[in-house]
Amino acid sequence: MPDATGLELIAQELAAAGDGESPVLDTLHFRGRGTLLVRPDSIRTVLARLRERGYAFMSSLHGVDHYPHEPRLGVVYELLDMAHVDRITVKVRVPVDDPNIDSVTPEWPTADHQEREVYDMFGVVFRGHPDLRRILMPEDYEGHPQRRDFPVGGEPVIFTYNEHEALGRTDDPS
Amino acid sequence: MEIRREPIGQDSPTRVSPDDLRVRDLNSRQLLRGGDLQGRTHPAHLEGAEFERYVEESVMTTTLDKAVAWARSNSFFPATFGLACCAIEMMSIVAARVDVARFGFEAFRASPRQADLLILSGRVSIKMAPIVRRIYDQMLEPKWAISMGACCSSTGVFNNYALVPADKFMPVDVHVPGCPPRPEALMHGVLKLRKMVQDDPDMGWRERYDARGTEEVIASSAATSVPPGGDASGA
Amino acid sequence: MTPPEPTLSEYRKREQSITLAPVQEQLGVARTQEMLTLNFGPHHPATHGVLRLLVTLQGEVVREVKPIIGYVHTGIEKTAEDKAYWKVIPVVERMDYLSYYFNSMAYCGAVETLLEVEVPRRAQYLRVIHMELNRIMSHLVWLGTSALDLGAISMFWYCFREREKILDLFEMSSGQRMHTRYFQVGGVIEDIPAGFAGKLKGFLDEMPERADQYGALLNRNEIVLQRLRGTCPLDADTLLSLGVTGPLLRAAGYPWDLRKADPYCCYDEFDFKIPVGTVGDNYDRYACRLAEMYESVKIAQQALAGLPEGPHITEDRKVALPPRHELATSMEALIHHFKLVTEGFRVPPGEVYFPIESPRGELGCFVRSDGSSKPARVHMRDPSFVNLQATSHMTEGSYIADLIATLAMLDPVLGGIDR
Repeated sequence: MPDATGLELIAQELAAAGDGESPVLDTLHFRGRGTLLVRPDSIRTVLARLRERGYAFMSSLHGVDHYPHEPRLGVVYELLDMAHVDRITVKVRVPVDDPNIDSVTPEWPTADHQEREVYDMFGVVFRGHPDLRRILMPEDYEGHPQRRDFPVGGEPVIFTYNEHEALGRTDDPS
Repeated sequence: MEIRREPIGQDSPTRVSPDDLRVRDLNSRQLLRGGDLQGRTHPAHLEGAEFERYVEESVMTTTLDKAVAWARSNSFFPATFGLACCAIEMMSIVAARVDVARFGFEAFRASPRQADLLILSGRVSIKMAPIVRRIYDQMLEPKWAISMGACCSSTGVFNNYALVPADKFMPVDVHVPGCPPRPEALMHGVLKLRKMVQDDPDMGWRERYDARGTEEVIASSAATSVPPGGDASGA
Repeated sequence: MTPPEPTLSEYRKREQSITLAPVQEQLGVARTQEMLTLNFGPHHPATHGVLRLLVTLQGEVVREVKPIIGYVHTGIEKTAEDKAYWKVIPVVERMDYLSYYFNSMAYCGAVETLLEVEVPRRAQYLRVIHMELNRIMSHLVWLGTSALDLGAISMFWYCFREREKILDLFEMSSGQRMHTRYFQVGGVIEDIPAGFAGKLKGFLDEMPERADQYGALLNRNEIVLQRLRGTCPLDADTLLSLGVTGPLLRAAGYPWDLRKADPYCCYDEFDFKIPVGTVGDNYDRYACRLAEMYESVKIAQQALAGLPEGPHITEDRKVALPPRHELATSMEALIHHFKLVTEGFRVPPGEVYFPIESPRGELGCFVRSDGSSKPARVHMRDPSFVNLQATSHMTEGSYIADLIATLAMLDPVLGGIDR
């Protein structure tokens, strides 16, 4: 894990290499791990630079819903440097009314199914993804279940006393 | 409160002492005749009305229905339908410790057309429900379904948007509780189903509390048709 | 492939979005007449769970495999947001249903990192014992079902015989055979009972012999060699770019194991090796997993021999329930017990990702806490979900039979894939 100073150095390096604004919005060192909060439109360049630095393995790509703080939808990329056993986290946040972000699948093939899952569960649209469709829910499902304002749902448990209402049967109980 | 006195023990008029000479005389006469101490004669020596009674008591006659029910119940062909964790415990009943082959049920058929028992083992998600229904429809009559585990009986631990209890889209004969149920529990469920098919259903608590007649039976037409409004995906 | 018009079934209409155009382009339009797309439906005797594959075949040769998943999607992550931290453990355990101790270890490790609570050494050793037993059990089920797929049916009974012994041990320590809720935040729920150590030692002593028997049956078997040797190899670089970890990566020759590379839970105190393959074909994957069983036995033996004395769960009463005998005498213990059972402990806000080495690869748990007593997000990075992406790369250009063998060697557990 890069320690706090190492993390700041990485952030500065990324800022220097980028032309114009720094892609890094924030750094956070928490419980021994470094996290970079990055602009959504610069995610591919940031990941490419981190790959050059040695973080060549993407462990995980997942979404978070920061409801009620805007920008609500977050995508978290966990990178791993196998040679030095070093992990770093890259986060981006996109608002719910414009949840578009570049897909990193062309450079990181492991992101294929994982980005589809984030799309399915949160509604984040990944531009440039070869095959963005729902992966866990049925194709014609409406709604994005993992968002915090989506209800957990559930069925009433069927006992004999509520059997007919719960199953939606309209014939007479015999 | 009425009190009634009755002699018991040695003075009871209904008690026959084996030391009674008359009884011993009777016993020896029966033995001489070729019977046994209970007074039953060897069938070869019976004649007439006694012979008819003997045949009625000891030879099994039955209706064709009962014979067929006996054959069906002793040869379930379960369909391999493992969905989630309960599938591993279902595999355990095929394994050697709880050996389902003792009962004749080890022939798990992969094709639903050849199976007659659907052991739904695991959680049925909304994507899977129409497929389960299709498999169940492809099975030929007579067919039975066991809902194994809490998840398919009643969504179990996960009462959320993604799961459907099996009762909503198909008729289930036996529910086996557990998460996952032990292989012995599943075996108990299968044996209960076997008794049901033999037309000798295990009344369970109704037997113990003398509550026969309190069962609610759904009319057969309602049991086999798809309940309106319950089937969400129209497959 | 042109679907029959105009009567498309509801089913096909919903799947219009799945396009096979890239494969057709690749092989030239003229050859599309020869291509057959077959549906290995979710209900199939050879798929390990409800995995659906759309296989495009040219004769018997597989040209593309498109896995379609989601048939056992349970909404575990959503359910976990609705429950107190302690109550999430049984929910999360049911994800990858063959490695339940690993699921709970990843989650408990993440929460313990957030809470900064220290797990006592005895609890860590007990966790290691149970995890290694679970690893052996998972590999046994894998071996039994894979041999079943290949046709070596009797392996199923042998492997499940050993599995029953392991489940007896689990039942001894926690009361349940599967999904035991044994790991809690801060340690383990209960200390092992008397007799557990003896039974465990007996099992560990005879397990290597049993594994030798499995090897004797399968290692030099002509059919196993023909079906597994040289089929569907994939090099380590492609696997790394696909995010594959675990025995699949090690079979390709890349010695990456989180127990050695990034030790957690006292794994650095044990002496064990990592089996690594050479070619990366199906036979190496089989051999790696078989060898891992021996190593797990060694680790469990060392953990049992060196089991330290001490508490089995953290002494921090704000996180772990006090022992019941204290409830009669201490008022604070009663209050702690009440608060923990009704509301649960509160976790300071933050996000953490805790990876461990499960039998299938890197199992990571991401927990985001917003300061309340319920987690705001629990995400399990399941190894099978990521490993499944390698199916298409592995099986391109091989036969259907090789596809079945590769699926078996891939060891996908659909509960983890679909969560």
